[in-house]
Amino acid sequence: MFVVSMALVAAAWEAYKKWGPQDGGEVLGWKILPRAKDRVMPHISDIFSRFTDPLNRASDETVLEVVLKGVWFSFRLVLAGFGMGLVAGMLLAIVMTRFRFAERAVLPYLVVSQTVPLIALAPLVASWGGKLELFGWEWPRWMSSAVLGAFLTFFPIAVGTLRGLQSPTAASLELMDSLAAPWRRTLVTLRFPAAVPYIVPALKLGAAGAVIGVVVSEISTGLRGGIGRLVIEFSQKTTGDPAIVYTAVLGAAFLGLVLAGMVAIADAVFMRNRPKEVDA
Amino acid sequence: MSAVVVSGVSKVFSTGKSAKVDALQGIDLAIEPGEFVSLIGPSGCGKSTLLRLIANLTEPTTGSITVNGKPSRQARLDQDYGMAFQQAGLFEWRSVAKNIELPLELKGWDRAKRRARAMEMLDLVKLPDFAHHMPWQLSGGMQQRIAIARALAAHPPLLLMDEPFGALDEMTREHMQAELLRICKETDTTVVFVTHSIPEAVYLSTRVVVMSPRPGRITDIIEVPLGGSRDDDTRETGDFFSKITEVREALRGAEYAVGARGIEDR
Ligand SMILES: Nc1ncnc2c1ncn2[C@@H]1O[C@H](COP(=O)(O)OP(=O)(O)O)[C@@H](O)[C@H]1O
Ligand SMILES: [Mg+2]
Repeated sequence: MFVVSMALVAAAWEAYKKWGPQDGGEVLGWKILPRAKDRVMPHISDIFSRFTDPLNRASDETVLEVVLKGVWFSFRLVLAGFGMGLVAGMLLAIVMTRFRFAERAVLPYLVVSQTVPLIALAPLVASWGGKLELFGWEWPRWMSSAVLGAFLTFFPIAVGTLRGLQSPTAASLELMDSLAAPWRRTLVTLRFPAAVPYIVPALKLGAAGAVIGVVVSEISTGLRGGIGRLVIEFSQKTTGDPAIVYTAVLGAAFLGLVLAGMVAIADAVFMRNRPKEVDA
Repeated sequence: MSAVVVSGVSKVFSTGKSAKVDALQGIDLAIEPGEFVSLIGPSGCGKSTLLRLIANLTEPTTGSITVNGKPSRQARLDQDYGMAFQQAGLFEWRSVAKNIELPLELKGWDRAKRRARAMEMLDLVKLPDFAHHMPWQLSGGMQQRIAIARALAAHPPLLLMDEPFGALDEMTREHMQAELLRICKETDTTVVFVTHSIPEAVYLSTRVVVMSPRPGRITDIIEVPLGGSRDDDTRETGDFFSKITEVREALRGAEYAVGARGIEDR
């Protein structure tokens, strides 16, 4: 399915190049149709052949190597951000489950926190880099990007986990009570396993959030080494080298796919032996 | 020593700033070991509340409750009773055997001992081949048997059941009733059983406790001397039918008392 849809997208791209207006077009007076020139829309084959060429005359690294290095750098940031967001989100959900007043006190702030645009937050968090010191540990620059990834991850995880932890029926909870199970035991034996079908979809949202948070903050803070930075660098070269920016974009998409694949594996592992139709 | 003693118990739920529900009032009840006692009455008369009080899942407003000669709280901590609800409530992520082992895990038994007991319980409820199935692969009746196996896994002397067969079809239900009597006889378990089916109460019980609502109280206690060995033929005897009539009339009396009170309240 995926391969077929990819082929269709590629075919549409090439068809537009063939028959679309070379200098853009107007619909009802609005200049919205993109220009189909090679300089703006390179051939798919050019984009892929660009991967195997050297980055520039002075360099002996191919574009593919540069992009993969960027993806690897960003991937580690995404993992760090995702991990921090996961832990923070789950801890918040556990605290909100344990203390009902915490849910009423904290949840509104979480919702509000997500309405702050990432772009507005990025420079602030980035400014901590090299300046902030916590207990003798200096805040590294890359940490800012990871934190912004975590910022987009923790919210769906917290909300999904909270719904899941609260999902056991009154009868199930009374059963644990009747067995004299302490709260922590009920958390581990009942609430947490019951929450898994709610956590897995939240992982998908959280992983997507981590990728967006890291890449966007790399772009807006200009952090060196990641795929986000490559997107800016390459986009400045489009005049002479139109295909190259698309290689960075494809690299960013690849990063997203890797994360999606990891979550799909987690899904398959955690949801085995579960009834197949679950309304999460 | 009595299995359960409820003395002078009342329960008031506060449902709002000043709104209160008198769920139970003036409840006295003593249950001896080996008895099978049913609580019957219209819905809202406090049957579940009384059962949950005995289980110490909620505290009485006044009065006291002992189970096995201990305060009910201590009995709960010691797992002196097992419990089964209308929904089997099996954990869908655990195999059948693992579900049965749950009370034993909480008691800190080791794996081998737990597994051996689970197998024993599966034999008892006649599902020996289902240890490794997942709950959702079982029918409703089979799930309810597993719930009973789980409730009895630690061999508690007392079994508390809240409409456990309420969600089953009539045929399965009668079969489960017969199975429950057999199991309780084999394991020597005292039972407190909530139901709103009159034939179910009469078939199972040595005593039927008739309750009425607003406030919830006991209006009648009816002995059912049908003997220890009951089977499908018991359901067709004259004694069985006359007991059903007796319980029905007691329930009607209880309802009439409510009607009269309703008028009084205006
Ligand atoms: N947790 C609770 N909070 C408030 N009211 C309750 C609660 N549990 C039961 N009640 C009230 O107590 C009364 C008895 O309920 P219940 O014991 O469930 O009756 P039954 O099981 O006989 O149908 C009902 O009026 C019900 O609304
Ligand atoms: Mg009830």
